Amino acid sequence: MDLRVRSLETILTQKGYVDPAALDLLIDTYQTRVGPRNGARVVARAWVDPPFAEWLRADGTAAIAAMGYQGRQGEHLVAVENSPGRHNLVVCTLCSCYPWPVLGLPPVWYKSAPYRARAVRDPRGVLADFGVQLPPTTEIRVWDSTAEVRYLVIPERPAGTDHFDEADLAKLVTRDSMIGTGLARPPASAA
Amino acid sequence: MTYRSLADLGGVPNEQPVVPEPEGNPFHAHWESRVHALTVAMGATGCWNLDMSRAAREVLPDYRSLSYYQIWFEGLQRLLLAHALVTVDELAAGRPLAPARALPRVLAADRVATTLAAGAPTLRAVAGSPRYAVGTQVRLRPEAASHHTRLPGYARGRRGIVERLLGAHVYPDAHSQGLGERPQWLYTVVFSEPELWGERESPQQLSVSIDAWEPYLEPA
Repeated sequence: MDLRVRSLETILTQKGYVDPAALDLLIDTYQTRVGPRNGARVVARAWVDPPFAEWLRADGTAAIAAMGYQGRQGEHLVAVENSPGRHNLVVCTLCSCYPWPVLGLPPVWYKSAPYRARAVRDPRGVLADFGVQLPPTTEIRVWDSTAEVRYLVIPERPAGTDHFDEADLAKLVTRDSMIGTGLARPPASAA
Repeated sequence: MTYRSLADLGGVPNEQPVVPEPEGNPFHAHWESRVHALTVAMGATGCWNLDMSRAAREVLPDYRSLSYYQIWFEGLQRLLLAHALVTVDELAAGRPLAPARALPRVLAADRVATTLAAGAPTLRAVAGSPRYAVGTQVRLRPEAASHHTRLPGYARGRRGIVERLLGAHVYPDAHSQGLGERPQWLYTVVFSEPELWGERESPQQLSVSIDAWEPYLEPA
């Protein structure tokens, strides 16, 4: 693939269709600047700041933009909150829709056939692949991102974190917990 | 005319495990990052829209055997050829042989940050009001589309409840065919587990929602 991609890039660059410096910047953006730590900050803020959490529920796009995260593949954001007895899971069965500004680019499994096929039919089996087992009574809601609305799961705040500040809380928020294939880490693992 | 998307995977039989992956670099090879950047940069030229990109990918005959960035690469080539921006001979030679065509825009490095921050919102102001109110039972149209659509096969013909109104959004079925944006009301429609998968031995306490444009819906 390396050679084929390099050839295509050469053609497009020499024809003036793409600016190589723009390509480097795009790659740097999604490799180093935009990733799941953004979303983790949103979640931690929602945990410690009830008015922010309320705003996030009412208008996810605006509340998240106020933290500086917005734009491509996050034009319309909806935050969905886990609670005792309710767990949210996000999938895009039709392609790979994913909230880039808050989570970066999706992991391979999110785009894979097994995840896209099974998430809507057998979410508990998918969760088991991630080592997550929920109580049988917990309601699971799967959000299939079929339009341009992007979903961000707000996991439950782990117990024993009352004394944590926002920055420490953010460290407990994993990428998978914001997709719904994981839970936020318990505090013992924060160190 | 038959149109077959190979990307419509929701609910299809699949026993393979999902393989978790640590957080970190989203690219697993240098070429993947270049394919991603090329796709975003060419998308920003305005030669085609996102719905056309998705359509170009989902009909690739070997969609199900390619890796995701291979799909993006093949989809990009398909669009470049369809818009006569490159030729088959150029792809074979690996260098330009024909003159460049004028593009609506080229994404310059100093515009990358603002372009990404602006994104491409699809919400549109439209006249009239939505046909279905929150709480209404609706049925998703049963027939397969003869063009790109965002109505997944597993939801076709199924009854669900309108849970949320999301405003009017660019309609991908039209937009992907170059017929303009034709915004339509968009709803979150939620389905019960038995409605989608029947009565199961071990129910999962599951409900599933999709976001569906009004033309996908009919009264139930």
